[in-house]
Amino acid sequence: MSDKVTLTIDGQQVTVPAGTTVLQAARMAGIEIPTLCHDPELTSPGACRLCVVEIEGMRNLPASCVTTAGDGMVVRTNSPDVIEARKTIIELLLANHPEDCLTCERTGQCRLQEYAYHYGVKGDTFHGERKQFPIDDSNPFIVRDMNKCIRCGKCVRVCEEVQGRSIYSFAYRGFDTIPATAMDTPLAESECVFCGSCVSVCPTGALTEKMMHGVGRSWELEKVKTTCPYCGVGCNFDLNVKDGKVVGVTSNAEAEVNGRALCVKGRFGYNFIHHPDRLTKPLIKKNGEFQEATWEEAINLVAEKFKEIKQEHGPDALAVFTSARCTNEENYLANKFARAVLGTNNIDHCARL
Amino acid sequence: MTNSIHEIAGADFILAIGTNTTETHPVLSLQIRKAVKEGAKLVVADPRRIELADIADVHIQHKAGSDMALLNAMAHVIIEEDLYNKEFVKERTEGFEEVVEAVKECTPEWAAGITGVDADTIREVARGYARAEKGTILYTMGITQHICGTDNVLAIANLAMLTGHIGRENTGVNPLRGQNNVQGACDMGGLPNVYPGYQRVDDPAVREKFEKAWGVKLSPKVGLTVGEMMDNALAGKLKGLFVIGENPLISDPDSNHVIEGMKKLDFLVVQDLFLTETAELADVVLPAASFAEKDGTFTNTERRVQRVRKAIEPIGDSKPDWEIIQMLANAMGYPMNYSSPEEIMKEINEVTPQYGGITYERLEKQGLQWPCPDTDHPGTRFLHEGKFARGKGKFHAVRYVDPDETPDQEYPFMLSTGRRLFHYHTGSMSRRAEGLETVYPEEYLEMNPQDAEKLGVQSGDRVKVTSRRGEIEIPVRVTERIQPGLVFASFHFRETWVNKLTNSARDPKAKIPEYKVCAVKIEKVS
Repeated sequence: MSDKVTLTIDGQQVTVPAGTTVLQAARMAGIEIPTLCHDPELTSPGACRLCVVEIEGMRNLPASCVTTAGDGMVVRTNSPDVIEARKTIIELLLANHPEDCLTCERTGQCRLQEYAYHYGVKGDTFHGERKQFPIDDSNPFIVRDMNKCIRCGKCVRVCEEVQGRSIYSFAYRGFDTIPATAMDTPLAESECVFCGSCVSVCPTGALTEKMMHGVGRSWELEKVKTTCPYCGVGCNFDLNVKDGKVVGVTSNAEAEVNGRALCVKGRFGYNFIHHPDRLTKPLIKKNGEFQEATWEEAINLVAEKFKEIKQEHGPDALAVFTSARCTNEENYLANKFARAVLGTNNIDHCARL
Repeated sequence: MTNSIHEIAGADFILAIGTNTTETHPVLSLQIRKAVKEGAKLVVADPRRIELADIADVHIQHKAGSDMALLNAMAHVIIEEDLYNKEFVKERTEGFEEVVEAVKECTPEWAAGITGVDADTIREVARGYARAEKGTILYTMGITQHICGTDNVLAIANLAMLTGHIGRENTGVNPLRGQNNVQGACDMGGLPNVYPGYQRVDDPAVREKFEKAWGVKLSPKVGLTVGEMMDNALAGKLKGLFVIGENPLISDPDSNHVIEGMKKLDFLVVQDLFLTETAELADVVLPAASFAEKDGTFTNTERRVQRVRKAIEPIGDSKPDWEIIQMLANAMGYPMNYSSPEEIMKEINEVTPQYGGITYERLEKQGLQWPCPDTDHPGTRFLHEGKFARGKGKFHAVRYVDPDETPDQEYPFMLSTGRRLFHYHTGSMSRRAEGLETVYPEEYLEMNPQDAEKLGVQSGDRVKVTSRRGEIEIPVRVTERIQPGLVFASFHFRETWVNKLTNSARDPKAKIPEYKVCAVKIEKVS
């Protein structure tokens, strides 16, 4: 058996490794198929059916995320039947979805909203019962609004398959089914460690970052990819910036070390940046009290004192604690400052602590 | 780390010793979970039943400070049962006979007496590691923060060389570095004995190279480590100290000694984001910009250099540390005129062989793992392939020693210290991150139910903990996760100033303090 298969997708010949799904094959060929429950890092339940396609010789419309590409397959991703099926799926999802896009935190990044727009579905075909779940904002980090949940199950799977914690599983039956914590307690009372992975995969406004509520619309936020300032793993993420302020941290799927995974400190530990305790002026102690000073005064005083000590007691009476929190460039300069400017090798940092 | 973070997932046997990975390196711990899911054996060795032990095949709950006995007994079993990799030992190493001699008496039964671990468990773990195809050892400060910290690491290296579990993908010796840029601070010469790239200050040829690069005469004398600086300050020999982004009052052992040392200085300058406990003692405080306010690079635990990007302007009149250091150098008559961190990196490229090919242009696309000697070099995912950095891998005969302090009648408990998931180091950042402080507002002392019963305390009760150096008050949390006789707390909280208790006795080689064990007494506060 060959390890490659060749199929035709929308008239385009595509050769992919055996075992590739039709969805992956299409994406490899640059053909976009909408998905809600699929995630390349997680198992595929084939639940939402939005990724249905037409395959010659098959009676129904199979879900492309769980259909293996076969040699000689002829696939159509945009036939009238496919479009019709997708529209119906979106209609059904909207039938009980809160119509509060105007104020929803996810607006602009919501997959359901995006697909409804793309397929021209207004959500006025079916008028179903609405869900009435209480909103869980019991903790400082994650808001759970299960009325907006479309049961894609990604939060359940990312927590189990990537984080290994299984905080959520599906609870209740039928229309009332929701991903819930054990005994459906608020998140604050569960074993959750608030890594926020569930928020990073949620396609709708069901799971959102509490601290980012009301700070701005997604299209107003500038995203700056950077490296986390906490531990030595070196996770990358996007600082979300608006009007010169860091208003949030979100995953960046391109992060080499961590992908979308972050821990509670990386994702939610950023508000020290604008904390009112931040030092904003140099301080000089006079008679036991700190007084604000200009940079010039402070720098000149330090330079003078260091020179004085060096002259009187020699360079080894001076020392530098450099920092495992500072950048490489800054540590390099601190090392150069100690050795070339002060004239001592008395430089160390908290590597041992 | 000799290997990359993602390579952990590909190991078939993981010994995680002295690392509370899910709390201290949460995202890296996902790779351990992945390996376990794919069938790897996981052995966790830790005096506490840490969370990682819950997914382990074996949890070795050895006595705090007994790591060396455990490691040497494993080496004993591997040699005794002829499980060592003869080809690797012959081709790639030297000093094998010394280790054979050193561990001859280290039977699992002997180790059982010191570690409290069943001899057959030690045998089973040693066999598992030796027979694995891709065994890897992960460790952190649980191994190093002892007076025998260096020897503990050498004992780990012995095991890796005995079994040939090094120099290949997925298999090696992997210390998980603690702080975001502790690797980089070491790489960049933030150590008293080496210039950037671990080039020794007492090597005349190296010194000459840096004298030329920096245009000044340089001192040949190895400098002082952090702990020695404090000793010298107390002795009146160190007069002026410049502290950049550190808070030794909270982080260093035996805080009362540190405070005295700091107060004895003629002149203390602290450069930080906040008025930390250390900054409060300073003569001059310089306001620094945070990571969000500057460009630069951090080097992570797998030697990967990655970009830090400026997202906002510095808060108030604060400035990035590099600008402040440059201003100071100029004021002292040494001209520095870097226009950007990128320009500093260009100088780093020239003087640091491992960083020779790490340029901002390349980092824009992806991180690079050193050694990366030139711009055509793709970086290095794992070290020691084919041969060790020094040529042959050297075995070291290392022997068990008792911790500096062991429990006695007056101080009957062992105290061990570490970190919690929700906070970081001295808390200067994490304790000002509102949500983190909400979910984890105060520290507690972990205590075994047996000890709690003896002391008549319950979770939430406050106790006074006293060591030979100081005392603190702290609430107790009674938990089976800790063994009788041992108590544990983190050092993040000023209100429960744990480092007032810890012992500043240091490893003679690495000068690392023995944070992981000290003797204390505990009394209920009525």
